[in-house]
Amino acid sequence: MSGRERILGRVRRALADVPADDPSYEQAVARDYLRAHGARSAAETVHLLAANLADYRALVHRCSEVELPSLIAGLLTDRGATSVLVPPGLDEGWLAATDVTRVADRADSTPHELDGVDSVVTACAVAIAETGTIVLDGAPDQGRRRITLVPDHHICVVRVPDQVVSGVPQALERLDPARPLTWISGPSATSDIELDRVEGVHGPRTLEVVLVG
Amino acid sequence: MSGTFVGMPAFPKAAHEAVGNATLRGNLRHATHTIRAKRANAVAEVSDWAQLREAGKRIKDHTLRHLDRYLVQLEESVTAAGGVVHWAADADEANRIVTRLVEETGESEVVKVKSMATQEIGLNEALLAAGIHAYETDLAELIVQLGKDRPSHILVPAIHRNRGEIRDIFRTEMGEWGRPAPDGLTDSPAELAEAARLHLREKFLRAEVGISGANFMVAETGTLVVVESEGNGRMCLTLPRTLISVVGIEKIVPTWRDLEVFLQTLPRSSTAERMNPYTSTWTGTTDEDGPRAFHLVLLDNGRTDTLADEVGRQALRCIRCSACLNVCPVYERAGGHAYGSVYPGPIGAILSPQLRGTSSEIDASLPYASSLCGACYEVCPVAIDIPEVLVHLRERVAQGGPATRAGNKVVLRPAKGHAAERAAMRAARWAFSHPGALRTGQRLASRTRRLHPRTLPGPGRAWSATRDLPAVPAEPFRDWWQRTHGTDGTDGTDGTDGKKGAAR
Ligand code: SF4
Repeated sequence: MSGRERILGRVRRALADVPADDPSYEQAVARDYLRAHGARSAAETVHLLAANLADYRALVHRCSEVELPSLIAGLLTDRGATSVLVPPGLDEGWLAATDVTRVADRADSTPHELDGVDSVVTACAVAIAETGTIVLDGAPDQGRRRITLVPDHHICVVRVPDQVVSGVPQALERLDPARPLTWISGPSATSDIELDRVEGVHGPRTLEVVLVG
Repeated sequence: MSGTFVGMPAFPKAAHEAVGNATLRGNLRHATHTIRAKRANAVAEVSDWAQLREAGKRIKDHTLRHLDRYLVQLEESVTAAGGVVHWAADADEANRIVTRLVEETGESEVVKVKSMATQEIGLNEALLAAGIHAYETDLAELIVQLGKDRPSHILVPAIHRNRGEIRDIFRTEMGEWGRPAPDGLTDSPAELAEAARLHLREKFLRAEVGISGANFMVAETGTLVVVESEGNGRMCLTLPRTLISVVGIEKIVPTWRDLEVFLQTLPRSSTAERMNPYTSTWTGTTDEDGPRAFHLVLLDNGRTDTLADEVGRQALRCIRCSACLNVCPVYERAGGHAYGSVYPGPIGAILSPQLRGTSSEIDASLPYASSLCGACYEVCPVAIDIPEVLVHLRERVAQGGPATRAGNKVVLRPAKGHAAERAAMRAARWAFSHPGALRTGQRLASRTRRLHPRTLPGPGRAWSATRDLPAVPAEPFRDWWQRTHGTDGTDGTDGTDGKKGAAR
């Protein structure tokens, strides 16, 4: 007997007590929890996102569409970056004010090559205000998962208020499960040493979020 | 199963040794108290916590009651998305499958992201026997692996180590495994984390095979979810060409939408954060992004036996948040190692004896590793009634009765006169002679009165008959102890002043 048949057989025997008319999924699960916590205006939601991002030590910036290229250029300069990873579908205008060397997100780059790049600039799919989370879904303006992982400095641009939701349930609604998702809430961290939170272990140690709009 | 630590003494003996270790006790006390307070704040931030908890409980219960259907659906979705599904009835079968999959890649090393399931089956040891080195990449797991140690907490496996010990381990051991610790390494957490970053980075960048577990699997979409903090999970899930995930069959949720419950309750319950730094979800394979081959190994290893027990099956709702460990007065004093399994604390006390059966001394004694104070139930984000299951398992140990082992119905004999009974008796005696360990369980009165039958359950029944114990008191245990013993309830092993731990 295959492992599959053995396990499924065991499960069915174990569940002999479950009646045929056991409540369906829809009947069994109560959904009386909230979609979002508290009523906020769009501006207040963006403000909460900024506050929660900062609380988990992301560096938060706000600017208008027009100011964005010079802001990004300034962040790269301040960082001392000489190279930046660029997803294929990134708005070209965003990097118009910097002459830092562009490195394309390519399928055949090795992890070691990515490790040699200073920074990465991406857009995002959605941001969650209540938890201070940005979600990447691998769309062309965000690139492969690894480009926001290996470099030590990630600049992520969020279009506000359109891309911002209040609560986790609202974010899941907007996301496509077929795409590989990365949810990011602050720079990588560990609390493994006496529960002291230390920023930056393996993911980017500096996360800068630009709220544009 | 291979999960029992070889030569592990039964709970009372191991716990007795642990409470005598002042460093361990201090570290544990500091850690559990810190996270306990933070968690309470994180939970208080969401006004609908009770509703989320109830929804989580119901989603899991419904899934477990129809697990065969959801397993088949999951297999279809994962396969349709480009993954390959394997089924492992026990630890040996899982280890054989994973070893073969790694061998087929031609690689002799793998990077691993912390996974309880692979610890449970002893995967690293099995791989090593086949000449494959498995590198743990979670900082705490690295500390445990380098220290040739065992994990002692679900979430913070090196919770029993303080920073000075960690520095010493890094200094002496890192060079053996790869890049040595930097010269002049101090014990500041930031420097220690940096040393780990450098040490592990060379392994990540060359890794061809990654091994993970998963926090959730979505039947409807075939999506797997890993919740983490450090980014080592992302490294293992995206850089290697081949990804192998070993996941217990109880980790299924029916729909994508169900994640909206658990992605709120899990981070707040476990690390006391609004959201953990990184959550990765993936569905099969994605062209030119991440691994080209994805294998999912579905693990039974005692889970279907647990499922067959109508009272005990609720333990399979567990989402491994570790909140119950952090509030448990017995865990705080005894430490994780005393539980003799990868699952310590209150959840370990009900899960290990069900996954492994109660024939060994340690497993027979685990249901007694509790004061039944009920704090674990109150914090559990999926409302597992741990005291109820403990009482149920005590009965089973003492009186025997029907159970399921490796898929077969068996009738257990009463433990009377067996080694198991003696272990159980010692455990009962240990719990009841350490009232100091119970002091923080202030909710005793309301919870346990309902749970206690008129006599002590399980071997306690025999015990109360022969040991002159009054019928279980309607008054709280501590009050009873004070009344009958006329002391303030402390004894030599009680560390309640905690100065040693708190000062670190
Ligand atoms: S039993 Fe409940 S509280 Fe304990 S680890 Fe599992 S989910 Fe968390």
